[in-house]
Amino acid sequence: MSINRRIFLKSSGMVTVGTMLLPPLFQSCSGPNVSLEMQAYLDHFEVTLPMLQKVIAAAMGKGGTYADLFFEHKISNNLGLQDGKVNRAYSNIDYGVGIRVLNGDQTGFAYSETVTMEAMLKAAQTAANIASGTPATGAVNIAETAPANYYAIQKTWEEVSVKDKIPFVQKLNDKVFSMDERIIKVNAFLNDETGYVMLFNSEGTLTYDYRPMVSFGLVTVMQKDGRIENSYVSRSFRQGFEFLNDDIINTLADEGIKQTALKFEATKPKAGEMPVVMGAGGSGILLHEAIGHTFEADFNRKGTSIFADKLGKKVAESFINIIDDGTLPSNRGSINVDDEGVASQKTYLVKDGILNSYIHDRISANYYKIPSTGNGRRESFRYVPIPRMRATYMEAGTATREDIISEVKYGIYVDNFSNGEVKIGAGDFTFFVNTGYLIENGKLTRPIKDINIIGNGPQALADITLAANDYKIDDGTWTCGKDGQSVPVTCGLPSVLVKKLTVGGTNA
Amino acid sequence: MTKEEKYNLAKWAMNHAIAKGADQARVSISDNKSSDIDVREKKIDTLKEAIQSKLTIYLYVDKKYSAISTNRLNQQELARFIEEGIETTRFLAEDEFRTLPEPELYYKGDGPDLKAIDPGFDSVDAKTKIDMVFNVENEIYKKDERIISITAGYSDGVSSRIMVASNGFEGDTANSYYFLSAQVTVNGGAARPESSDYKSSIAFDQLEKTGIAETALKRALGKIGQTKIDSGKYTMVVENRSVGRILSPVVSALNGSSIQQKNSFMIDKMNQQFGSPKLTLVDDPLIIGGRGSKLFDSEGMAMKKRPIFEQGVLKTYFIDTYYGKKLGMTPNSGETSNVVFETGDKDLDALVKSLKKGILVTGFNGGNCNSSTGDFSYGIEGFLIENGEMVKPVSEMNITGNMYDLWSNLIEVGSDVRLDSSWRIPSLVFANVDFSGM
Repeated sequence: MSINRRIFLKSSGMVTVGTMLLPPLFQSCSGPNVSLEMQAYLDHFEVTLPMLQKVIAAAMGKGGTYADLFFEHKISNNLGLQDGKVNRAYSNIDYGVGIRVLNGDQTGFAYSETVTMEAMLKAAQTAANIASGTPATGAVNIAETAPANYYAIQKTWEEVSVKDKIPFVQKLNDKVFSMDERIIKVNAFLNDETGYVMLFNSEGTLTYDYRPMVSFGLVTVMQKDGRIENSYVSRSFRQGFEFLNDDIINTLADEGIKQTALKFEATKPKAGEMPVVMGAGGSGILLHEAIGHTFEADFNRKGTSIFADKLGKKVAESFINIIDDGTLPSNRGSINVDDEGVASQKTYLVKDGILNSYIHDRISANYYKIPSTGNGRRESFRYVPIPRMRATYMEAGTATREDIISEVKYGIYVDNFSNGEVKIGAGDFTFFVNTGYLIENGKLTRPIKDINIIGNGPQALADITLAANDYKIDDGTWTCGKDGQSVPVTCGLPSVLVKKLTVGGTNA
Repeated sequence: MTKEEKYNLAKWAMNHAIAKGADQARVSISDNKSSDIDVREKKIDTLKEAIQSKLTIYLYVDKKYSAISTNRLNQQELARFIEEGIETTRFLAEDEFRTLPEPELYYKGDGPDLKAIDPGFDSVDAKTKIDMVFNVENEIYKKDERIISITAGYSDGVSSRIMVASNGFEGDTANSYYFLSAQVTVNGGAARPESSDYKSSIAFDQLEKTGIAETALKRALGKIGQTKIDSGKYTMVVENRSVGRILSPVVSALNGSSIQQKNSFMIDKMNQQFGSPKLTLVDDPLIIGGRGSKLFDSEGMAMKKRPIFEQGVLKTYFIDTYYGKKLGMTPNSGETSNVVFETGDKDLDALVKSLKKGILVTGFNGGNCNSSTGDFSYGIEGFLIENGEMVKPVSEMNITGNMYDLWSNLIEVGSDVRLDSSWRIPSLVFANVDFSGM
């Protein structure tokens, strides 16, 4: 069975905690001009089109230039295994509507956790205070937009009992313990999430999205000769229950053991500047930190980014194309529509080495007088949308990974990371390397671990001199934080050579 | 909801869970209210208001455990939510260590008033708040031609929590905050250095309202011309506002869960020397007006003052009920409150003056610490110090080492504690730190 976008919540049987049925009190009373799916979302949130129009009118009541209502219902479930047993479960339901009013580039915002008319009007009147003029007259014409579907799923998480999920988590634990005698602890988890989103704005846009997500992973702890090491490995997709199978268990188990074991052999490199070969996949963190954030147009509109006056200029070698993409099938960073109702898209940030586009939300797109790139995202209905990345990656080059490594006399090869950060104005970015290898005379030699790498965004981008033909996306559970808001993202890269970065290490 | 209504709802939810088969249950209802105002270019950039509530139920069913939470507080829905939660819990594996705390460890309502909330919270009007943010911007508006952007911000909030447990706990807490900040970006040639400063308080009257933008501007201008310098071992001074980055892995490593899960570099180190004799640290929950002060923790256990390190020797782990049972240790709360350093007698200026050569770290940039081994590496920015003077701004460098070596090399503790944080930490000086630069 292929379910495009599920609307109604299951309520019967031994289902996962959190699958509350919201009684559809308002059955199809909004007129004939919306699709059945749209009507189901209206019913889900217990609102009608006239109600939405009335709330928008209140939001625009003081002369704002734009307003939107963002309804969200999110059900999250977490299953945890410690000390050999699946012995903990956590579930959360979050529900509400965020009401935003713009007055030019000024924002008024309030939200309500109940969607009664009274509560919504109160929030709308609060948000309306950003303006202090007279409202435009006339009701809003409603134009429904059917979203694309970049994450079709077969079996929703709401249809699955915790009973059916437990064996997969248990099997992951048992598999890891069976593979290596050095394992002393496994901490495994399975998180699933189901999100229903509906948006209506003062331009009449009415749309919805169904957003599934799953993350599955583990912390592996190993002991060897009295030393202890650990690693964290996970995979995350916008997929349903069909995501769980033996392949994913085997992949996680293999990787967890391999990453942890490598650390026992690892040393720290010499401190200082050196060439860095970034292996395919998770090395996309380089793009996310070094240029992704600094391309976010809110920073550029305010002039606070180091890339603020570089649009249309050459920022990289001409073979380099960098993309921020919300349309990759089942990808953790994909969205069918952004949280301002704009269709998701594939956006070239750098094309043939030229800075082609910033990352836009509605406010910044208006400022630059261009269409939004569909990057207006928010953590939940409690937050205002701001420009955020989706899946950020570089297209493949023509070299091979071996060619690139052979170019380096002394340097490091890195492909496994935990976190990164960037200073937008100075352009200094960092990422933390869990494990990698030294490169000596063109060959990978000793493993290295636990070092931070720091560089400067524009310089690092210009210093990418070779890219390989092995591009891949990393499907780990990447979460990006900005202004106190977390959103799911991913990143990807082919193997590349960065001529020079500053590598943490020891001084003899 | 009034406090009484919340207690009634929580007790109803708890009793419903017990009636439907839970052996024990704990329920907490938390709610908070906040407002935010940002100002840019002489006009309001964003105006936000928020009110939220959440109910969480911890279920102990047939030696099995789960926790469920929701912001939908309709009683009929909650009843079904709880019933489904109990059904789900029954599918889990048994865990003999899961119980509510022993009742004798609960807070009994006999603690002091910690002055955690401003009784006049609702009396501060919107105009006062807005004027205050504009005043922050005005402090430096067009005062320096190198200024590219100023964002001045105000936020306030009040949050409260009530909690009941089926083996005899009832308690509630409430706290408030006010926060005033400035973020400034300046033109530094190719780079656009940014910095910020803030003041915060529990009561509105205590909020310092001036000097914030001036400090942020001074800090941003100080960064113009940042460069990396040669790699090497340097003495490192870490400014008070940044010390948290290198102390938090140590505190995390003392959690019962980290110890029991063998994911800590502090396993089996009780009463052993960890840092230098300059390292004396206590967890003090009962400071009147302290930002981390609390009478009881999230399990309801009474908080008590605990030494963490005495002259570098480890004196406690942070043990909650569950991991206490697993480890065979007496629970003393798995949470910290106010983490307080025993101070020295020099402020930051005096610490810098006393150094012949070193690096003052004023900010960290990324990095991490291996929780099993204590191996760390962090990006930094700050200033090169020569003969007691800050001679040039530095950035794009890393420090790398191991937490044992770092804290063993703590050679000086400052006097300049920030009181507006739950971690009351002064500036610190460490010898022989590996810096990587050029």
